[in-house]
Amino acid sequence: MSAATTTRTQRSRREARAAALFLAPDAIGLTVFVAIPMLLSVVLGFFWIDGFGNVDFIGVDNYVRMAKDPQFWNSARVTLIYLVTLVPLIFVVGLGLALLVQQRFPAVGIIRSALFLPYVVSMVVVSMIWQFMLTDRTGVIATALSAIGIDGISFLGDPKLALGTVVAVTVWLQMGYYMIIFLAGLQDIPGELYEAARIDGASAWQRFRSITLPLLAPTSFFVLLTSMVAVVTGGLDMIFVLTSGGPANSTSLLIFYIYQQAFLFGDLGYAAAVGSVLVVFLLIVSAGMFLATRGGRFSHDD
Amino acid sequence: MTTETPTTVGRRRPGSARARRRSGLLLALGIALALATVFPLVWMVLGSFKTAQEVNSPSLIPETFTLENYAYVFSQVPFARYLLNSFLVSAAVTVIALWFHSMAAYALARLQFPGRERIFLAIFATMLVSAPVTIIPTFIIVRTLGMVDSYAGLVVPAIFNAFGIFLLRQFYVSLPDELEEAALVDGASYWTIYWKIVLPLSRPILAALAVFFFLANWNAFVWPMTVTSDPDLRMVQVGIQTFQQQYAADWNYILAAATVAALPTLGIFFVFQKQIVASIKTSGLK
Repeated sequence: MSAATTTRTQRSRREARAAALFLAPDAIGLTVFVAIPMLLSVVLGFFWIDGFGNVDFIGVDNYVRMAKDPQFWNSARVTLIYLVTLVPLIFVVGLGLALLVQQRFPAVGIIRSALFLPYVVSMVVVSMIWQFMLTDRTGVIATALSAIGIDGISFLGDPKLALGTVVAVTVWLQMGYYMIIFLAGLQDIPGELYEAARIDGASAWQRFRSITLPLLAPTSFFVLLTSMVAVVTGGLDMIFVLTSGGPANSTSLLIFYIYQQAFLFGDLGYAAAVGSVLVVFLLIVSAGMFLATRGGRFSHDD
Repeated sequence: MTTETPTTVGRRRPGSARARRRSGLLLALGIALALATVFPLVWMVLGSFKTAQEVNSPSLIPETFTLENYAYVFSQVPFARYLLNSFLVSAAVTVIALWFHSMAAYALARLQFPGRERIFLAIFATMLVSAPVTIIPTFIIVRTLGMVDSYAGLVVPAIFNAFGIFLLRQFYVSLPDELEEAALVDGASYWTIYWKIVLPLSRPILAALAVFFFLANWNAFVWPMTVTSDPDLRMVQVGIQTFQQQYAADWNYILAAATVAALPTLGIFFVFQKQIVASIKTSGLK
């Protein structure tokens, strides 16, 4: 072996050792607090675990129980409705706001900031504000509605309305975040394309259909995927404070049902079994979206 | 956001009557939406200065302006303690996370070693399933490690997320190759290169991530509620939620508590909105 090769191997060994040391803290932490919990979330469902650390292997009992549990099916249904209303709404509102604040008009910067503002406030505070505003009869919204002759609507107390209310509040809270992401996507579309289309006499709607939407596809994919994951796994804080899953379990999202089973009823094993269904569902849908769009890539930028 | 250069999409001949009418309409729509959006927050702040009798009145400006609610909240519950806990935990998580993530990202982006791509993919894969779904196994692990009801239980599990590593790695990959060559020839260690060259260069992206991490931890609720039961360890979101349970109908007090909890986040937004927006944009597009 020549002297040069020796130095090179020494150097690359030194480099690999440095890399291992740089990576160690995060690698250990991610393994212990992220990767192992992910794997455990599937395994734990096969155990009976209580709040004091007693564990017993019980096979598929939790899953059998789940199949017969009307509360689980109710929560699955609520989650599905929540998902198929919230994700499109977030998408449309986020894109709509981005299209608005992308225009050039006075004070647009301040308006952008205002639309984004709710996003920095915690879900706990947000839930309290809306609970206050939506208080039956005395809240500001009831007062305003009664001024125009509408009385007796209970936005949080009526099982038919509560989930819709949660969806609306969530849109209000998160629209600014998705607006910013869409705005960044819109700003990447070359302005000359619009100029050319305008010269060709394309209407605003035609320009939107044939330039904006296709060129925005990667951003749209990102928004759909992240909002879906966020919707399925998030919202726990809000449900906890705003509705506690009620009235009549009409807002009992799966994530809330899991939390309830685990930490209010102390049935960690059953809760983990329900959680594993959610994990598998998320993996299937994300994989499906990746396949459908060929890994988030789109024909025009392949 | 205010410093954004507007795109040319909506440009018409400036000064024409049609363009002026159009921008007037957009302005009116924008103002209406902006007011509707911030109204709930304004309503909270105004309500916190109203008396118990007045808190539900539809008048915007309090008739009797009072600071009594704030005094009451701070005297009835250890609110300062909650704020301090939140501040300490959020600051600790932010500093440690930035340090760990920047080291990991540096190794993944700038160093050659066997298995690099596989390790990166594995880290990336952990982003697919987000935290609340795995709260039960995480809790069991934290309990096994004896960290329940301690600052460690609040801080340590919150440090690790692949998102920060991912963003920093993208940034480090984009730096020019010549960056560390001279230093390597001079015999500098990898630590020196990381500490003296790479870290100072990453100041803007670290600032953006710092704002993000701090906000996320300040606003955290479910995990702090799950992992602590000791009132001395209560973080502010858990603090105001337990406060609300005790004072269910006393909205003037609850609004004051909520305002105090929200104030730092609103302050951070007004000071750092450029960083917040920048980090959202990078997360969305890279």
